[in-house]
Amino acid sequence: MTWTSIFIAGILTYFTRMSMVTLIRKEMISDNLRKILNYVPSVVFPSIIFPGVLLDDFGAFVTISDPKIFGAITALVIGFFTRNVILTIVSGLSSYWIVIFVF
Amino acid sequence: MRSKYEIFKIGIKDVAPHLLSVFPFGIIFGAIGIELGFSPLFTYATSLIIFGGASQIVFLQLLSGGASSLIAIASVGVINSRHFLYGAVLSEYLQKLSLIKKLFISYFIVDQGFAVSNQYFKKNPIEKSNHYHLIGSGIILWFIWQVSTIMGIYLGSIVPEELGLKFAIPLTFIAIIVNELRKLDHVFVMIISGLAATFFYNAPFKTYIIISPLIGLFAAMIINKFKK
Repeated sequence: MTWTSIFIAGILTYFTRMSMVTLIRKEMISDNLRKILNYVPSVVFPSIIFPGVLLDDFGAFVTISDPKIFGAITALVIGFFTRNVILTIVSGLSSYWIVIFVF
Repeated sequence: MRSKYEIFKIGIKDVAPHLLSVFPFGIIFGAIGIELGFSPLFTYATSLIIFGGASQIVFLQLLSGGASSLIAIASVGVINSRHFLYGAVLSEYLQKLSLIKKLFISYFIVDQGFAVSNQYFKKNPIEKSNHYHLIGSGIILWFIWQVSTIMGIYLGSIVPEELGLKFAIPLTFIAIIVNELRKLDHVFVMIISGLAATFFYNAPFKTYIIISPLIGLFAAMIINKFKK
């Protein structure tokens, strides 16, 4: 039963990946729609980032002094100015660890 | 003109920094599967068959918590529904490919790969072999995800929980969006979707993952109306 559910979940997930790629034709995308689709990364990733930073494992708000908030702000600032992915992740993690382990 | 192999390698290179967070996340996932009482084979099978980090964790957590398989499957579907949006964006760049190639590439569409390959497609002139970028970024993400899951399964929690490495996931996504922070309309749309996600976080079936992006896109639509 549970094995069947892995396969169904897998097929469902694969469907979410292949459906638009195979079904949409260029004519179906108007200039307006293309402009809106431009925002997809800007709407999907913050939807994961915000709860990941602002909420704890149980879905409750963290306090303003939470290490995740400090780490996220550091990553944002470093990322904004350096435009470097490794520096963004490393600075975010290390500032997060500094708050956890040093303070 | 770049060769297929060159573009494939650029794809790998572009996504490589993100492996920094994908790798520990895979180990954490493998360890969680075993901790929850699933067999190594069952835990690994989700990485091969579902291949979607966050959704795999939720899937195993729900099953081990005694939820019905229907609820577990539905949650995976909802969490992964964001791929519809990725597919819609990528369709334009992949449309000339044969159906077989589209079906093959689709399996490898994941967050970080989509993000870096979409940036590559936008910046570079349309070339026949551009899709090799997505294959390159997708295959290396896939490979690292498989290997790290297996490591997590067998080595268990070699990543100490105190390190809080789950936090690397929001960080990798921050690294993806920082480039757009220079555009005010994007910043506005990001804040709206992010706050919506925080607000709807406790909605059933993790629906916040798709509700909030749609709210964000609606906001983008309104902004674009006023820009004209």
